[in-house]
Amino acid sequence: MKTKILASGAVLALMAGMASAQTVRLGTEGAYPPYNFINDAGEIVGFEVELGNELCKRAGLTCEWVQNDWDSIIPNLQSGNYDAIMAGMSITDEREEVIDFTQNYIPPASSSYVGLTADVDIKGGVVAAQTGTIQAGYVAESGATLLEFATPEETVAAVKSGEAVAVFADKDYLVPVVAESGGELVMLDADVQLGGGVGMGLRDSDDELRGKFDAAIKSMKCDGSLDALIARAEYFGPEAVVFGDAGKEGC
Amino acid sequence: MFLDCSAPKTLEGLAWASCYLTSGKHIDFYWAFVVVLALLACTAPMALMFGYGGATAARSHSLPVRMFGKCYIAMVRGIPDIIFFLFFVIALDQAIEWTKHQIVCPDWTEPVRQGLEFKVCPAAKVPQAGTAPVVHQIYGFGLAVVTFSIVFGAFVANVLYGAMNAVPRAQLETAEAYGMTHRQVHRRILVPQMWTYALPGLSNLWLILIKATPLLFLLGVRDIVYFARELGGSKTQAYEYPHPDWRLWYFLGLMAFYLLMTWGSEKVLRRLSARLSKGQATAAGEALRKAGAVA
Repeated sequence: MKTKILASGAVLALMAGMASAQTVRLGTEGAYPPYNFINDAGEIVGFEVELGNELCKRAGLTCEWVQNDWDSIIPNLQSGNYDAIMAGMSITDEREEVIDFTQNYIPPASSSYVGLTADVDIKGGVVAAQTGTIQAGYVAESGATLLEFATPEETVAAVKSGEAVAVFADKDYLVPVVAESGGELVMLDADVQLGGGVGMGLRDSDDELRGKFDAAIKSMKCDGSLDALIARAEYFGPEAVVFGDAGKEGC
Repeated sequence: MFLDCSAPKTLEGLAWASCYLTSGKHIDFYWAFVVVLALLACTAPMALMFGYGGATAARSHSLPVRMFGKCYIAMVRGIPDIIFFLFFVIALDQAIEWTKHQIVCPDWTEPVRQGLEFKVCPAAKVPQAGTAPVVHQIYGFGLAVVTFSIVFGAFVANVLYGAMNAVPRAQLETAEAYGMTHRQVHRRILVPQMWTYALPGLSNLWLILIKATPLLFLLGVRDIVYFARELGGSKTQAYEYPHPDWRLWYFLGLMAFYLLMTWGSEKVLRRLSARLSKGQATAAGEALRKAGAVA
């Protein structure tokens, strides 16, 4: 609830102050709480929405959110349906070849395995992951049989139904899922660090826009507001990995 | 009855259920049914038009027109739907923007295609940046209708092509003997009679079209299957209405909807088929005549 009020406050401030500014369309998946999701009122909310609105305010841009399927999120950026991606997308070399990233707004975080018991075989069994994620790439190379799904939700459902022995995904996504499963799911003690953190994806040719967002992200790192946002209870919680002093270098 | 849904986590039982089922996302879900019905209502006549055009072109006396008609039918029928839906919509969208780009930005020097990117001048964007999201949705819906119509139009064209050839040649010759022109024969004899032959094929296509509407999500339109999956998926405390995996119930609801649609269509189509067989020189027409004679 608090999120909604804050988010709509940010939108209002935006509309009042920057009515004539350039409109930037931000693409997101809307199925990955707490990064981005559609709440029960049918609005796009989450950490990235609040962050994105704040970044737009700092960069003097008017932003609007567009929901897009994960599978086609990069092609639709390239064909110009929106101008930037904020969808919990980790910065990887493969993606750097086709799009550009801003500096990360979430530090490199852990990916975890979740299964029905703690002793499942994650090296030789069937492991579920979302299509086109760094986790899917990692599973494919780990020797396990990769079972891909279009949405994060389905990867967890596959473990519950026994289709896969474990799911491999961002730890921040899995922690609340495990906590609320009533003991049905357990987190395996096998965290892996993947990718270069989460950043905003833009078209290669949009250097000017990338510069604006880069500056806005840096300014939020410098005044500590980004760390505060990450550590908020409804997003990643006080125990989340934050930038800390490393983020303040060069301020 | 007015419900206070401001703190759903304190509610229980019926009050919780009624708040849950009237949440904003559920209202969007109910709207998606209207979108699906609207898609069917727009696509069916348009596909029929494309199909009629395709069939007439394929039977044309002029070679280029005939080639065009046959090419359209063969190509679209031969390409898997999913490839067509993924590729064609992006291509259509880019074609529209490229055409507008040529008109409104003749002085633009940068190339439109830069590697994998497609960049037209800002003024040529369709819809314009900054227009309301609802305009983007309507545009997306329009693209979906056109794409569905082209795909299903090709199948309709083939059905109508067959139906036109099935009308007994003697009927057309008789009309010609009365001095009717080609055009008159086509309009007065061929088209009115072809429907009885076309209906079984067309009814198949109609049912397939109903079942194909979940492809809408590929085109960026949030349809009922998308919402069923999204609403049914288990929800953590980050949501206002946390619940376990309820997809089964939502999909059962969709099953009921689709069965109701096809069942209703079957009834209407059966009546239509009886109506069209009246007085026709076909087995169905003969059966109707005999039944009438007995009564």
